[in-house]
Amino acid sequence: MSVITFLQAVSDALREEMRLDEKVFLLGEDMGVYGGCFGVTRGFLDEFGPDRVMDTPITENSFSNIAVGAAMAGYRPVVEYMFSDFILVAFDAIANQAAKQRFMLGGQVQIPVVFRTPAGSGTGAAAQHSQSLEALLCHIPGLKVVMPSTPYDAKGLLKSAIRDNNPVAFFEHKLGYAVKGEVPEEEYLIPIGKADIKRTGKDVTIISYSYTIHKCLEAANMLEKDGIDAEVLDLRTLYPLDKEAIIESVKKTGRVLITHEAVQKFGVGAEVASIIADSEAFFHLDRPIRRFGGEDIPIPYTPELERLVVPQADTIYAAVKELMR
Amino acid sequence: MNLTDAKKKDMYLKLWRARLFEQSVNEMFMRGEIKGTTHLSVGQEGAAVGVIAAIQEDDLIMSCHRGHSHCIAKNADLRQMMSELIGRRTGFCKGLGGSMHVVDIGSGNYGANGIIGPAIAIATGIALALKKDGSGKIIADFFGDGTSNTGNFHESLNIAALWKLPIVYICENNQYGMSTSVKNCVSVQNIADRASAYGIPGIVCDGNDVLAIIDVVEEAAQRARSGQGPTLIELKTYRWLGHSKSDRCAYRTREEEAEWKAKCPILRFGAQMLQSGFTQAELDQLKQQAEEEVQDAVVYALKQGTLSIEEARELIFA
Repeated sequence: MSVITFLQAVSDALREEMRLDEKVFLLGEDMGVYGGCFGVTRGFLDEFGPDRVMDTPITENSFSNIAVGAAMAGYRPVVEYMFSDFILVAFDAIANQAAKQRFMLGGQVQIPVVFRTPAGSGTGAAAQHSQSLEALLCHIPGLKVVMPSTPYDAKGLLKSAIRDNNPVAFFEHKLGYAVKGEVPEEEYLIPIGKADIKRTGKDVTIISYSYTIHKCLEAANMLEKDGIDAEVLDLRTLYPLDKEAIIESVKKTGRVLITHEAVQKFGVGAEVASIIADSEAFFHLDRPIRRFGGEDIPIPYTPELERLVVPQADTIYAAVKELMR
Repeated sequence: MNLTDAKKKDMYLKLWRARLFEQSVNEMFMRGEIKGTTHLSVGQEGAAVGVIAAIQEDDLIMSCHRGHSHCIAKNADLRQMMSELIGRRTGFCKGLGGSMHVVDIGSGNYGANGIIGPAIAIATGIALALKKDGSGKIIADFFGDGTSNTGNFHESLNIAALWKLPIVYICENNQYGMSTSVKNCVSVQNIADRASAYGIPGIVCDGNDVLAIIDVVEEAAQRARSGQGPTLIELKTYRWLGHSKSDRCAYRTREEEAEWKAKCPILRFGAQMLQSGFTQAELDQLKQQAEEEVQDAVVYALKQGTLSIEEARELIFA
């Protein structure tokens, strides 16, 4: 085991897969000499050369379609968007092309492409560089959506995403890049579609994913001091969603808070809540299902306000306390 | 290009296959046997047949929403094509794509898109893959005048020029994007003029003259194959029928339509064949053959079943 950052884990996953499979190549803006907007691909140009670390003009929509074409023709492109907000520029390529080509063509092609991108707020980058847009992608049939919280999960899941024969959106939280964790020296994969219990507990289930998991764990520590034993379930993959893990945990605890940074309305929390309500877990509930997502507001630049519009450890703690009354 | 007699006959056969296939589709649509929508390429068959005659058998193409002729010119089986158009499981896309997505990947036809613009970038991505492969293959990318106004067109031409990709961009300028005349939406005299913005050759060619098309595409294909990058070729042509099935063509005159119909690409190529020694009987026989093949495809397709919803679900993910 070695302790590395989330950013290093993403970088290591990319490097390992590029060494293993020459069909894997990177496509995006400023990935070469610059090393990617957040430095994930620093040093890649020297090792793999410009044919596999491809700097594109500023053309999110077209370079995403180019990746789709290369994937149709047998390659495994990994696309990077500097900020996840820019996927909206490429949304036609992702939602109308990558997600649908295989189905529309009756299975004549595969689209093994990864769209990876830094997401989330907390860096003072204002409303167009701080969003959490995963729910938009989860809504499109034909896409897988992965959103890990730890270096271990990020590395194992990204390697699986690159080997997957389907389009996978892979979100990396900007604040999460600095999170450190243990990662084995030997190679490993984590299957897409499996949730993970990050903290075992018996009194209440807190369901989340991505960087918010760390806030949930902090809240769980605060709750422990109050004698509340919280379970923290990390979804890791949003589609396909591990319904079984959600239902099992809620059946055990009887109380559930679903929390995420993305705007609450029409979000992942609503989907998870309805899965619980539609399942046998419903009969085990001691309290109504509680959602706690981002506020219905563009992310403010104002540093004092930015932290107020998404769940934080203290507000998650308060929400659980409310649920335990 | 020196065309053998066999190749000329093959081209003439494909021209009629395309024409008669479309006419058959038109009639089946009226009878309710084909649902949804369909964009017919009657009048534009010369572009499909000419371009594909000029590239190698194992080169690729990217088609567009008005793509039946491309599919036929690239040797697609008519039974599977017609099956696709009426949504049968024996279709190239198992009936899940229909008219706008009928393609045969096996013959090197990589897609027909329902959105205007993205296919040109996808084709550019396939060209990138071909370059990476070092295969010596190229891709001919068909699109319309409307696509030349989209961001994908400009972004793709810039990238393909920068990366010297093995692609030939074929703009079939049929004068209208749905009802909008190119005069009202293209800022330059010729769409081919746009090539100069990307430092690549732009060539205007009569899109109803199969032999002229072969000459320009052959040169562009050679350029692409030898690593010199893309060419933009504008083929001036005309769609005889409406944009899709609900179009009454109120935006153009009957005189204009008659003028273009007089420039029919099939009659023109037929006349050239007669001049080079073929007999009218030989031409009639090829047309007859095409008629029989199309009829056979219709009879075959109407007898086939559909995919089950369970089978369809299995195709969402690989």
